[in-house]
Amino acid sequence: MKQTILNGILIDEQTELSVDELSRMCSSSIEYIIELVEEGVLEPVTDHVPSQWRFPASSLQRARTASRLQHDLEINLAGVALALDLLDEIETLEARLHRGERSDNH
Amino acid sequence: MDYKDYYKIMGVERGASQDEIRRAYKKLARKYHPDVSKEADAEVRFKEVGEAYEVLKDPEKRAAYDQLGANWQAGQDFHPPPDWDTGFEFHGGGAGGASDFSDFFDSLFGQQFGSGSARRGRSQAEFRQRGEDHHAKVKIDLEDAYQGATRSISLRAPELDNTGHVVTKQRTLKVKIPKGVKQGQRIRLAGQGSPGMGGAPAGDLYLEIEFNPHSIYRVDGRDVYLDLPVTPWEAALGATVKVPTPNGPVDLKIAPNTRGGGKLRLKGRGIPAASPGDLYVVPQITLPPSDSEAAKELYRKMEQELKYNPRSHLGV
Repeated sequence: MKQTILNGILIDEQTELSVDELSRMCSSSIEYIIELVEEGVLEPVTDHVPSQWRFPASSLQRARTASRLQHDLEINLAGVALALDLLDEIETLEARLHRGERSDNH
Repeated sequence: MDYKDYYKIMGVERGASQDEIRRAYKKLARKYHPDVSKEADAEVRFKEVGEAYEVLKDPEKRAAYDQLGANWQAGQDFHPPPDWDTGFEFHGGGAGGASDFSDFFDSLFGQQFGSGSARRGRSQAEFRQRGEDHHAKVKIDLEDAYQGATRSISLRAPELDNTGHVVTKQRTLKVKIPKGVKQGQRIRLAGQGSPGMGGAPAGDLYLEIEFNPHSIYRVDGRDVYLDLPVTPWEAALGATVKVPTPNGPVDLKIAPNTRGGGKLRLKGRGIPAASPGDLYVVPQITLPPSDSEAAKELYRKMEQELKYNPRSHLGV
């Protein structure tokens, strides 16, 4: 049987997500997304009322990680925000290590 | 099916208190959480620990599990004894995820979970509800990001069969990976998630791109790094050398007096996109072995004639 090849839509840097799309894509409520913005975990590119918020595509990963951490490890939102910041920092450091940079290069 | 030693997975004694079990779980959950952990098998371990805790945290399930006896070895072929669960009463509340657990778990507790979900399923059937979105990872090679590719992906997803039990269905999709993707990006496949209920649309499937580790390139966003061995004379005198790139070899000019560890940028030869990444070539100066009298003689000659002290800036 010949299979059809599916063509998806790439969610790249140009993609912006509304609060509705974001909440649906990470299976959480709109209220939860608003909480994440208030905690500073997510930053909408446009800072109006929630219904007009637009999020960069990277917010999807962040919101999903936040909700998993909160659910799986039973930590509160402030703890989640701290964990995410530390994870970001580790990622930055690892990327530098990866590129073979020395820490005194900056 | 293999017997699972939940106590061993949690690293606790069979006589451990509920508090000890909870503490062990919290520790292991933090250690193996796939979003946090750097362990290679984090996801597998996290699920295993979650399954063990699902049983041991619940005194009813724990008692039923304990009654199988302590003589089983992990991995031993296991069939639940007939009527093994008579006399135990289970409360539902398997908040999803039951299908993520092992066959061993399902054979012991699956029935209860299954009927629970079926009830939930039926009560929702009267509503119109959009199907759930699904998420999966797809591993590609760096070259696929340069050229685009088609990948077959096997997905396993829990579904309710017509008797209301949770069964795992496998399906294979062929998906086009567009040129220019980078690590962590997602591809949305509309309508490939769970079917909707009451005539509502199906959910979407999101594929997260992950690169297989490459034997010679390192990837950082859309930039690609390559360690390039060069000889001391190529670095000192300058040279044009052949350099591999994911799009095929190119000629690279090395300037005289090139230092090892610096970066030579090949603009736009990283992963293609509207703003493509760059390819960075990092020269690594390699010394020819002094394994012959002729080679030794050349090194001695350099020693005598170059008067080079690489440690002068250290003040010695």
